[in-house]
Amino acid sequence: MLEIRWHSRAGQGAVTGAKGLGDVVARTGKYVQAFAFYGSAKRGAAMTAYNRIDDEEILNHQKFMSPDYVLVIDPGLTYTADITANEKESTKYIITTHLSKEELLESQPKLKGKEVYVVDCIQISLDTIGRAMPNTPMLGALMKVSGMFELDYFQNAMKTVLSKFPQKIIDANMAAIERAYNSVK
Amino acid sequence: MAEKMELNEVEVWDGNMAASQALRQAQIDVVAAYPITPSTPVVQNYGSFLANGYIDGEFVLVESEHAAMSGCVGAAAAGGRVATATSSQGFALMSEVLYQASGMRLPIVLVVVNRALAAPLNVNGDHSDMYMGRDSGWIQLDAFNAQEAYDMTLMAFRIGEDPEIRLPVMSHQDGFITSHTAENVRPLSDDEAYEFVGEYPAVNPMLDLANPVTYGVQTEEDWHFEHKARQHHDLMTKVFGKVEEVFAAFEKKTGRKYNIVEKYDMDDADVAIVALGTTVETAKMVAEKLRKEQGIKAGVVAPRLFRPWPHKQIIEALQNVKAVACLDRSSPNGAMGALYNEVAGSLYQCENRPVVTNYIYGLGGRDFTVEHAEEIFKELAANAEAGKPTTPLQQFIGLRGPKLSFY
Repeated sequence: MLEIRWHSRAGQGAVTGAKGLGDVVARTGKYVQAFAFYGSAKRGAAMTAYNRIDDEEILNHQKFMSPDYVLVIDPGLTYTADITANEKESTKYIITTHLSKEELLESQPKLKGKEVYVVDCIQISLDTIGRAMPNTPMLGALMKVSGMFELDYFQNAMKTVLSKFPQKIIDANMAAIERAYNSVK
Repeated sequence: MAEKMELNEVEVWDGNMAASQALRQAQIDVVAAYPITPSTPVVQNYGSFLANGYIDGEFVLVESEHAAMSGCVGAAAAGGRVATATSSQGFALMSEVLYQASGMRLPIVLVVVNRALAAPLNVNGDHSDMYMGRDSGWIQLDAFNAQEAYDMTLMAFRIGEDPEIRLPVMSHQDGFITSHTAENVRPLSDDEAYEFVGEYPAVNPMLDLANPVTYGVQTEEDWHFEHKARQHHDLMTKVFGKVEEVFAAFEKKTGRKYNIVEKYDMDDADVAIVALGTTVETAKMVAEKLRKEQGIKAGVVAPRLFRPWPHKQIIEALQNVKAVACLDRSSPNGAMGALYNEVAGSLYQCENRPVVTNYIYGLGGRDFTVEHAEEIFKELAANAEAGKPTTPLQQFIGLRGPKLSFY
């Protein structure tokens, strides 16, 4: 079982990202769950979304999770949200930031000694999609770090997931995925 | 003519989308609805299907849930296939009309995305609304995941609309944990689904002007009792067979087998959890784990059909175990939990009476964890060993603060 926790602000597309990932993974014959904690969420409020991925049917419906990956798609949440909650020794962090990894670890010392990757999903989405929509770039970064799928395969699968959107938006998302895939460190 | 929707063999849908797709495929004549969290997307998706040309029927947005169910009653009496969706406060506001629907024997399908009842206000899932419906004369089917939410909603039409049955059916799923969790769902094609549900068999439609009929008459002392007795009689004697028949037809079509009471790892079980909703699956996973790791012969029993209450099937499932825990996801407010009372009432009639205890859990969406299930199974193992309760009869699990228990 692979477990992923997303830290996001409501409106940044973590739920869509988690569902998109689930959609792609389910096409390979695996079982998936994608869910989120809502409460009285307002646009901009800190929130979490989750993925479970397994070869067998997923029976576990508890919300509690010790994630294998923590994906932070809003830069500020690295400092204000409990992004290391219920971590394991092997938990990997992919964090949206404009900082270098060294600068990030200096600014948030609790990440020191952990497996941390950085990628600027906000800037990438501004450059490619034209607005701060850091969810699809984060998926590109996750593909690189996890080795879950080759870039080509993942992009093709995402094209199908996004097929209801105009070609321009699909192309922009593909560019965002590719840039994040190649720039995550 | 509505367009057909191309669906993948495996879709990643949440429970709400699963229910909306089942409603679309059933080719409903009238949906009257007033959206409420967490069932809003059922109605929202349905509206978008309609706007995009996938639905021929009427979709009426009304001013309240009371009006929504009233609209459904009117349309069903007129002679149409009818459905709607609701949750929690909406369900509570509908409750007066729920009894009208069942008393007039109108086979409406109501998707209930289970949610807590205020106060305090809470949009998250528990079974308070489902329990509120239990004396309303409706048939209640319960789904434990998104696939089942789709399957139960499709089957609800065929069960309730059968001229032998003519009763409204609720298709329940857990708020958020099912309704907002995207999972693998294998839908039928539009043609297969409609072929399964079948043409609506109208009985005494009011729009048949050549044969005038009356719905909702006043009976008073003279006939009220006979009407209610007949309805109860049909619930007690006709529904079980029909549900089995529809489950069997569905298995033939999809390979997915459902039972009136679901049993997991029960062949040689010493201890069993009885639960509803998503908790059933988490408990099933934990039972398997405890069997492997600790040799506890654990199993899970789950009523797929909550109303009519499957008295015989519950006895059959649980009569040979030593200890049973009934898990209630609703505040009993001054009593034992409803599932405890039902199960204990049934098991009192069997020769080997297992020790039965009650756990109140998960109110307002509080997480039911693997750890909770393990704790319950371990207490059950101790009860089985002792042959009597080693814990208080009713305990709260997952509640902060000092342990709360009664009796």
